[in-house]
Amino acid sequence: MPHDHEHGEHEALIIEDEAGNIQAQVVVDALQRVLTAKGLLTAREVTAAIAKLESPGLHLGAKIIAKAWSDPEFKERLMADGRAAVQELDIPVTEARIIVVENTAQVHNLITCTLCSCYPRSILGQPPSWYISKAYRARSVREPCRVLEEFGLDLPRDMKLVVHDSNADMRYLVLPEPPLDFENHAASDLEAMISRDHLIGVARDVA
Amino acid sequence: MTRFAAGDRVQVLALCKEGHVRIPHYIRHQTGCVTEYCGTYLNPEDLAVGKTSGPAVDLYRVAFAQRQLWPDDVIPAQDTLVIEIYDHWLTPAQETDHAP
Repeated sequence: MPHDHEHGEHEALIIEDEAGNIQAQVVVDALQRVLTAKGLLTAREVTAAIAKLESPGLHLGAKIIAKAWSDPEFKERLMADGRAAVQELDIPVTEARIIVVENTAQVHNLITCTLCSCYPRSILGQPPSWYISKAYRARSVREPCRVLEEFGLDLPRDMKLVVHDSNADMRYLVLPEPPLDFENHAASDLEAMISRDHLIGVARDVA
Repeated sequence: MTRFAAGDRVQVLALCKEGHVRIPHYIRHQTGCVTEYCGTYLNPEDLAVGKTSGPAVDLYRVAFAQRQLWPDDVIPAQDTLVIEIYDHWLTPAQETDHAP
């Protein structure tokens, strides 16, 4: 069957051969064997590093947001210096700076990285695969309203949409608007209502 | 003392640099407004080739009207895009047709 489309359309994130070997993994495995044989690395250190990479996640982001809703002074510090405020919660931040952008009744914020996949990984862990896709990276700046529609978010046309391209050293978190009755909820309930999509800005209302 | 401050109008240069360049093509030549000074950072163009000794460069966040970036589209006037630009990619804007 002839090819009637560009190969770029379905470029795989991970390239496997027919036996299921991942190209990059073959190289990494060989390097790990050499380093282990020379006594420079142990398997335990490798699994510990993987665990550390995978331990951050949405739960940390949700904790930050719920705290900001319930503690106005913390919110003020978070907006002024995101990294320092997040570290108050015993979350070790490895990014140079965290910039928190606040959604209001008039403003909606959307985060992207057009050049690669910059993301506040020390807080939220690894980004979702769509965030890394070339389609999201291109379309989030080129036609953000249509992208948001595809996520089920129809912004009122008089609302200001601000797209943040995290192309360099800053990393971003969206501070969503709290639910109207947020004072009636325990912090743990609020945290459960917050999704990763809220913190990237492809979702808006927390309910 | 930094070259720019929040509120300054700036234009992004189109430096013909190769390698690990962090200024995407869609923003080159565009005119925007500095929103924030971010501090100094090692230049990723140097870091990518193993030059880790600096010098550190100033980094700014700059806002652009989406309507200006994509003139063929129907975009609400208030929508903006904010992106980080290193000092050596910026020049003071030459235009005179904007509101103070």
